[in-house]
Amino acid sequence: MPKKDASLKLNRRRFLTAAAVAGASGAVNPAKAANPAEPQQRLPSALPPNAHIAAAETGVPDIPPYAGEGQPGSDFMVDVIKTLDIKYLPANPASSYRAIHESLINYGKNTMPEFLTCTHEEVGVGIAHGYYKIANKPLMTLCHGTVGLMHATMNIYDAFCDRAPVIVLAGNDLDAAHRPPGVPTVHSAQDINAIVRDYTKWDDTPVSAQHFAQSFVRAYQIATTPPFAPVVISLDDGLATEPVRDYGQKLYIPKFVPTAAPAGEQGAVREAARLLVNAEHPVIVADRAVNTEKGIALLVQLAELLQAPVVRQRGRLNIPNTHYLSRPATVIPQADVILGLELTDYWDTVNKFVDNNAEGVGTNSSRIKPDTKLISISTLQLMTKSNYQEFQRFQSVDVPIAGDVEATLPSLIEAVKYALTDDRKNVAAQRGQAIRKDHDKGRDGTRQAAAIAWDASPISTARLCMELYAQIKDFDWSLVPSSGDVSGWPLRLWAMDKHYHWTGTSGGYGVGWGCPASVGGALANRDEGRFSVSIQSDGDLMYVPGALWTAARHKIPMLSVMHNNRGYHQEVMHVQRLSNFRNRLANTGNDLGPIGTSIMNPDIEYHKLAESMGWWAKGPIKDPAELGPAIKEAIAVVKSGQPALLNVWTQPR
Amino acid sequence: MQSVRVYLVPALFAVSVMLVLHPANAASVDNGKAAFVAHGCWQCHGFEGQGSVTTSGGRVIADTQLPADAFSAYVRKPSGAMPPFSAAILSDADLADIYAYLEARPKPQAGKDIPLLNP
Repeated sequence: MPKKDASLKLNRRRFLTAAAVAGASGAVNPAKAANPAEPQQRLPSALPPNAHIAAAETGVPDIPPYAGEGQPGSDFMVDVIKTLDIKYLPANPASSYRAIHESLINYGKNTMPEFLTCTHEEVGVGIAHGYYKIANKPLMTLCHGTVGLMHATMNIYDAFCDRAPVIVLAGNDLDAAHRPPGVPTVHSAQDINAIVRDYTKWDDTPVSAQHFAQSFVRAYQIATTPPFAPVVISLDDGLATEPVRDYGQKLYIPKFVPTAAPAGEQGAVREAARLLVNAEHPVIVADRAVNTEKGIALLVQLAELLQAPVVRQRGRLNIPNTHYLSRPATVIPQADVILGLELTDYWDTVNKFVDNNAEGVGTNSSRIKPDTKLISISTLQLMTKSNYQEFQRFQSVDVPIAGDVEATLPSLIEAVKYALTDDRKNVAAQRGQAIRKDHDKGRDGTRQAAAIAWDASPISTARLCMELYAQIKDFDWSLVPSSGDVSGWPLRLWAMDKHYHWTGTSGGYGVGWGCPASVGGALANRDEGRFSVSIQSDGDLMYVPGALWTAARHKIPMLSVMHNNRGYHQEVMHVQRLSNFRNRLANTGNDLGPIGTSIMNPDIEYHKLAESMGWWAKGPIKDPAELGPAIKEAIAVVKSGQPALLNVWTQPR
Repeated sequence: MQSVRVYLVPALFAVSVMLVLHPANAASVDNGKAAFVAHGCWQCHGFEGQGSVTTSGGRVIADTQLPADAFSAYVRKPSGAMPPFSAAILSDADLADIYAYLEARPKPQAGKDIPLLNP
């Protein structure tokens, strides 16, 4: 990049800084802002201090030395980043953020965060998303101007839908008069964040070093306050490249203090408890509700107090699947009170849509009795983005409570305890006995369903999952976020009681999320010494297979077992349905599925693809008798610290 | 199609009945398998009719206990999410052979007897 005119740059920066100050609500006293928050007077509470209060009371002012006047702006940015607990930075390199890249690896010594080389921006975001699901901590990523952020968009959307915090810095060069012509200008925009604004929680365009410090800490705080979501900050190349200017005001880095999660209002919580305690058939439905061991324990406590079945939707584990109160959705029609916890789709939980006619209108029906009372605890109402439709159809609820589930559960539990009379305890106990019998019967039925096609080739998804489970169950294992739809067998037959056993789906169902997310999950598990396994679908892998290389390059051990049904199977079925509805024979050409939906002729040799990127791999495995020995071999490889992939030909679902 | 359900035939006559029916039965089963694949039944029900909770509501059609006429009637005019297969796209003969193929699927072992299903 040609050197810019220093005097002009200074003028520009002064102008932009002045504009930023004018836009702020008031002048900030840097010295005061550098100090920790003033101790807040605590309100009387029966609850233990949360993370926010604990940090505010015990935190030690920690103002590290940082880059000062005359050092590169990006050095100061690295100082800011280092005050936050961001361990890794998976990203694809780009000229628009070369200044901070250089600062991160040289000035910042490539630690906290450590740069992980990615082959695509979607990989960087996917790794950050997968890492969060296991570690419950956000990562940051860097994206190239315009085109790089465009690459990242789909996985940013997935993270948004899944309520996962990801910190995105997007390179840009605002100064049209001084940025290099040609490609750097093509890769710049006047509002680069616009492309992701509809599916990020917050964004900003800092125009001074101090502005960056405030915005980055604010972004981190917003992203990690429920509802969690990605945030994006435009990283101006001029600001990052030019020397730091403090304009006579000492720069400071705001202290980060975790925000207390929003909890449900007490009156509404008491009403919810009253309804639940007095119900004959209360049902709890949990989706993206809790993702910590503490949260799981709280939900178990509530369910056991009420002796209420818990329907686990697929957003998080929520409750151990081994618990007798973990029940399938078939209990919902019997409910007289339903407690929905962070449901992605409350409407579809209590109603049914069947896609069963040629016009695509489908039929709607209710799953519940007309007088069933509905309660909701959710942060959905705290999200105000409206363009993308991830909020689903509107469902009217009798007691809607805006709040984080884990933050609200302690008061709900206390309210339930208070409302439970001896009579209601007896009713609950009897209900629990019946549920326990149903649970045992249900498990037998599931096992029998898994036995069908046990010896089939291609290999049944049940066989695939149970061959795998047999060899990992004695490890501290984690089924990392991944994409393979294997009819839910792991959730149905593996014993899961830790949040990292199952962390849910992508959120936005964008294909291409699974492979990088699995690498991100495995990265988090590596640091905990856990054994990571993913079930990787074929279609997903071909979107961004380069994520495999990142795993090999950075020595992230994991076992990826492929669910290779040789097609975009959801689309296989969709085109078939439309053909039938229109009374036409589906044209499959020479493939198995309708033209345009199969991934065959030629078959992709995923094992060779993985080998080419530094993985140990084997396949294609079509005979179920060969699967167990292959898994054994692969596990030995993973135990040695290398990633391994098995290309397994499977039944469609 | 009831004739293929040899398990209903008294044991004394089983061998002779199978000898008589086997050629036609085998052809029917083979053709049924081809039709099962060509018409996309495998997509939701699996190649062995094992079904899936995500695509067939968990319904298993291998060794279905439905009589042939009830099976055919459902395929022609299904309820729920399954799309209809009219005679214009799936002939009565192919439908009958599909039924034969499903009835010929090997009976599964009991789940309790498969060690991997009892970890």
